[in-house]
Parts: sequence; C-alpha cells; structure tokens
Amino acid sequence: MNFIEARKLVHEYIRRDEDDNVESILTALDEVNLDVKEGEFVAVLGHNGSGKSTLAKHLNVLLKPSGGTLWVNGKDTEDADNLWDIRQSTGMVFQNPDNQIIASVVEEDVAFGPENIGVPTTEIWKRVEKGLKSVGMIQYREHSPNRLSGGQKQRVAIAGVMAMEPKCIVLDEPTAMLDPNGRREVLEAVGQLNKEKGVTVILITHYMEEVIRADRVYVMDNGKVVMQGTPRAIFSQVDTLKSYRLDVPQITLLAYELRNAGVPVPEGILTRQELVEALCRLY
Amino acid sequence: MSIILDKVNYVYSEKTAYEIQALKNINLKINDGEFIGIIGHTGSGKSTLIQHLNGLVKASSGGIYYNGQDIYDDDYELKELRGKVGLVFQYPEHQLFETTVFADVCFGPRNRGFSRKDAELKAFTALRSVRLAEDYWYRSPFELSGGQKRRAAIAGVLAMEPEVLVLDEPTAGLDPKGRDEILDLVAKLHRERQMTVILVSHSMEDVAKYVQRLIVMNHGSVLYDGTPVEVFAHYRELEEVGLAAPQVTYLMHELRKRGIPANGVATTLEEAKQSILQAFSQKHAMSQIREL
Repeated sequence: MNFIEARKLVHEYIRRDEDDNVESILTALDEVNLDVKEGEFVAVLGHNGSGKSTLAKHLNVLLKPSGGTLWVNGKDTEDADNLWDIRQSTGMVFQNPDNQIIASVVEEDVAFGPENIGVPTTEIWKRVEKGLKSVGMIQYREHSPNRLSGGQKQRVAIAGVMAMEPKCIVLDEPTAMLDPNGRREVLEAVGQLNKEKGVTVILITHYMEEVIRADRVYVMDNGKVVMQGTPRAIFSQVDTLKSYRLDVPQITLLAYELRNAGVPVPEGILTRQELVEALCRLY
Repeated sequence: MSIILDKVNYVYSEKTAYEIQALKNINLKINDGEFIGIIGHTGSGKSTLIQHLNGLVKASSGGIYYNGQDIYDDDYELKELRGKVGLVFQYPEHQLFETTVFADVCFGPRNRGFSRKDAELKAFTALRSVRLAEDYWYRSPFELSGGQKRRAAIAGVLAMEPEVLVLDEPTAGLDPKGRDEILDLVAKLHRERQMTVILVSHSMEDVAKYVQRLIVMNHGSVLYDGTPVEVFAHYRELEEVGLAAPQVTYLMHELRKRGIPANGVATTLEEAKQSILQAFSQKHAMSQIREL
C-alpha cells in the first residue's frame, strides 16, 4: 500500500445561517485521487483557492473527509483511534514561521512535540539534537527564536517536526514569506531530509522553481487534480499551466519562447544548465 | 516634488541590551513619478525604511523632507502626509475589518473627514481602478480569494488618493497569475497617473521586470542604488548579502563563458530572448556569407 492513498476524497465547507440552515456549500476537494509512495518527493501546485491547503490539512487529520476515503500510513483518517498515530507519522509545516514557534529557546521549541507525547527526557534530547542537525541549525540551539531570520525559523519548525520522527512531512507554502536566501536554506534542508533520511515530502508551493527537484507534481484546480507527472512533463505544457493561473520557471519559459522564435531547443527544459547545454549544442 | 532622506538613522530599543541599529545614515532622494524597487535580505531595514516615508516611525536622527517641507517640524501635519504617502503593508488583507468590501474602502476617506458621499465616490473610483468586479463590493471580505482580498486592501489605500504608493511585498503568498495581476495593476497606476511607486520585493525577477530604479539594502545601509541592469551586474556581491540576480542574468554569463556572444546584462526574459536570438541570427548570417 502507498504511504498516502486518497480515493475520491471530497471536502465540503458548509456555511449555515443563524437557524442552522445550509446557506451554501463550497466543494474544496472534488473526488481527489492521490498516491504517494514512501520516500517520494511530491509537489502540489494550484492557484489560490484551488484546494491545496485543504488537501494538506486532510493529510494530518486537521480536517476529515466529507466523502471518499484517505489512508495515511495505512490508516484510515476517518477513524478517530488513528488520529494521534497519523499526526505523529505525518508532520506539518505552515507558511508563517512566527505562528509555529512557541518556546523562548530554540532547543525547547524543538523539544515541545516529543515532550508532549511523553517521550523520556534523555530520548527527547537525542531527538532535539538529531532534528536540529538535520536542518543545519544545531549551532543555534541555545538562541532565542525571535532573533533568527525567516529561513532559520522555518528550519527550526522543520526540526520540531523531525523530532516527532515522522515518516512524512507536509509543507504548506513554507517559503512564501522568506527572502531568496531563506528559500534556498529551507529547500535544501527539505531536499536533504528526503534524500538522506528517506522522509516522504509533500511540498505545496506557488514558486515554480521549487518544484523542479520533486519526483512528481500534482496540479490542482477547483478542488480537482487536473495534471500529474514529472516536473519535466508538467512544465512542457506551458499553455495548459497558464490556463490554471500557474506559470513555469523563468528558464523554462525562456526556452519555450526561444522555440517559438525558431531556435529548436528541446521541450521541458528545467534548469539553467540544461538550457546552456542545449544552446551550445545548437550554436 | 520629491522625498528626501537626509542622514537618517534609526535605532530600535535604544539604550537597552536589545539595541539594534536598523537604519544607518540613509541618504536618498525619491523623485516624483519614479518606479522604485527595494530589495534586501530579511532584517536589512527595508520595512523600517518605508515606515519612515509617511512618518509612522520617527528617525532617531536625521531629517525627512516631503516636497521640501521637514516632516518633523512641530507644525507639520503628519496626518495629511499619511494620506499623501499610502502604505500597503505585508498581507494587507489581514487589516480588512468592515462587514463589506465597500465599507472597508470607505473607511480611510471617512476617517480623514470626507462626507459620506465623497468617501463613497473615492471608494468607487478606487475599487474600479484595482479592477475588482462589482459583484464582490458588497460581500464580506472573507468571501474573497487571496488575490481579490489583496486588491480590496490596496483599494483602501488608493481611496486616500495618495501621491506616493509604497507596497511591502504585495505579492507574497499569491499564485503566479495573482502576482502578475497585482504587479500589472501597480505598473498601470504608475504609467497612467504618474504615481510614484515604491515596491519592496523578494523576487528579483519581478523587480527586474517592473522597476526603473533599484535600491539594495544591506544591514541598514544602502548598498546599491541604480537601474536594475546596473545593480544586477553586481550579482556576485548580491549573493554575498543573501540576494541573487534573476535567473536569466546568470544564464547570459554562462552562455558568454561558453563562447556564445549573447551581449548585454539581461535582467528580464525579454532582454535575454532578444540577445540570444541576435547571437543566433548573426551566426546564421555569417555562415551564409561564408557559403557564398
């Protein structure tokens, strides 16, 4: 069984008036099928309001299905007995680092999760050290989080999730509020967790450049999965992506426009290096 | 008509253990009708700088002159200045608070003492100019999408009819289409109303595409101040201060290194495309001449 399996997953936000009559129903997830293998790096793209964040909240049982089923780590999210198991196996990192940090010292913040589930003290300290090392923040363990940069705070938040020893991390636009350096730091940390520790990663983002290193990409629109494939296959379809209010990385777009202008560079160029090589071959 | 910052310094928590000098000796002249981008790493002083422009934060030392008048003079009307220099904060939609979008946009002018009718007229014009469809005007701000909310919030500032529009990362958290829509809107305000626009951004690609002048902040000082082409020529130095140049700028350097004579410091996709096409057509022309 896949680590995450969604079958016709539906989520409806129901609005009621004062008398509890249904006023309107918004279908945020519309029969979504999703399969993520253990150890995979999956990116989810989609415009604001396409259902990405609703999907993320289901993976960690912050929301429950209105219809269909979702299994995470082989457990049905509908079953209340599975709640804590699933939350432990699948951690979440949100957009705003300031909303996720609670302690006044970095190491205490990372320790909060395992302490909360009753991990013995010596084991907690081991996990804190491991978690902070895995995101390159160990030298800040005794610092105050409010003096850290956005990228550093976000890495502390990831360390906090890692201290729960999850199999999977779901990141919901983790770099939206960061500067270029912060973005790079966070993505490198996430990439390393995936490659070196085999952590399953689900990355939700609006930055097309961040998707390049994913194994597979899902594109959502109006609560539905409308495209899925490798980054190369997805970014080869420039016009389709634009119709979903999305874009392609700048380099991919340049390659696409050069093709249209008669320079026969191959389709689906993702990186600067690929474009340089392609142009040198043609020149 | 201009804003002049003369040796502006700003210190947070002065004379405490947490003292930080956020701005160090800033000298800037912002001319009427300019479209300026400000970039810098987190904590470089960008947000502190723009909060000085409408007197929200008072400099620890130094002077600020708006159209030749010292804004720190005792008889200077700071309230009026705040109408003239409109500040759109990060995530401005968090500040929407009224029951309808229209009421929210009216709040600014009403608060400045305009009559209900005048305020409504200003709100009407502002909502029109951000191209928010009328269907949404009388709905709760919470029913709008991220991009729509952001446009409603910008309309709230435009309703004050500012001469200078300052936006602090107006596209954070928006999808690519939403990003383009907001930036195109800002560019249009600049073009059609000759409004002075100051755009704080983390996206090198965005500033390269839109602004005429780029100011780089680093640890509270101005590191570079020039056109995007001039500034991004320092891409190595920019990397050292946690920034970068647009992807296409690097591409052009790499192409030249590999012997393709793609000229110029391209900072936008269009510039890169033209430069590469030119290199290819020249080569093509040369080989045709040789064949003859």
